Amino acid sequence: MGPITTTHYLALSAALLLIGTIGVLTRRNIVIILMSIELILNAVNINLIAFSHYWQNVNGQIFAIFVITDAVAEAAVGLGILIALFRNKETVLADEVDLLKW
Amino acid sequence: MMDALFFYLFAVLVLAGGIFTITRRNAVHSAISLIVSLIGVAGLYLLQQAEFLFAVQIVLYVGGIMVLFLFVIMLVNLDQAAKQRQFNRQWLIALVCVVVVGAEIIYFMRKGASSFQLPKAPSAVAVTEGNTEQIATVLFSQYLLPFEIASVLLLVAVVGSVVMAKKRI
Repeated sequence: MGPITTTHYLALSAALLLIGTIGVLTRRNIVIILMSIELILNAVNINLIAFSHYWQNVNGQIFAIFVITDAVAEAAVGLGILIALFRNKETVLADEVDLLKW
Repeated sequence: MMDALFFYLFAVLVLAGGIFTITRRNAVHSAISLIVSLIGVAGLYLLQQAEFLFAVQIVLYVGGIMVLFLFVIMLVNLDQAAKQRQFNRQWLIALVCVVVVGAEIIYFMRKGASSFQLPKAPSAVAVTEGNTEQIATVLFSQYLLPFEIASVLLLVAVVGSVVMAKKRI
């Protein structure tokens, strides 16, 4: 095992991003789609922190804080929409919500 | 050596947690796997001397967002959904797209490392103030306006989610 470089973190972040993308694109359950979005945002954060460490600069960490803020807002609104959806249509499957499709 | 050991440990936690999150049938199992994955990410932050973000990750993600997720899983009846098909019909196309994107990322990481030569990182200067102090100094001076906008965003999200989840406004 060699020393851990920034490239290792970038590879890990890319792998996590792809796992999250697979989750968003293939799952039907909206709760799990929202969880996959959290995975994607965490992949972004790993990237930001890796470069922040590489440059010895805290700007990357500040950006990561803003990304976390957005993730919180997105999760709150998304779960609120999910509850409203479940009350009106009794389903949590994304492809059964097709009112605007024809 | 110790660094490498911990990196691989946390990397396994992150990736295994992520894979279990998107493959489990039961949403509660998915949520638990996601918690494992997020704790792994927090460990990676600690390895890179981002102590403040480590604490934020544990408190906010593992303690806050995940409780919100579990709460909604309890509120919404998922038993019906767990019995049905878990993956939608376009999963093959989605998988092909993801493989193509992954190949692209690997290609650019291999090529880009040589063609976009990163300048040598500045040598670590002896920092007297801690990580939290550094972040606070930059956040409250250089990034003050984005910080305020983020607080407005959170307020909008709070009001929006209450309006969305309420029966009658």
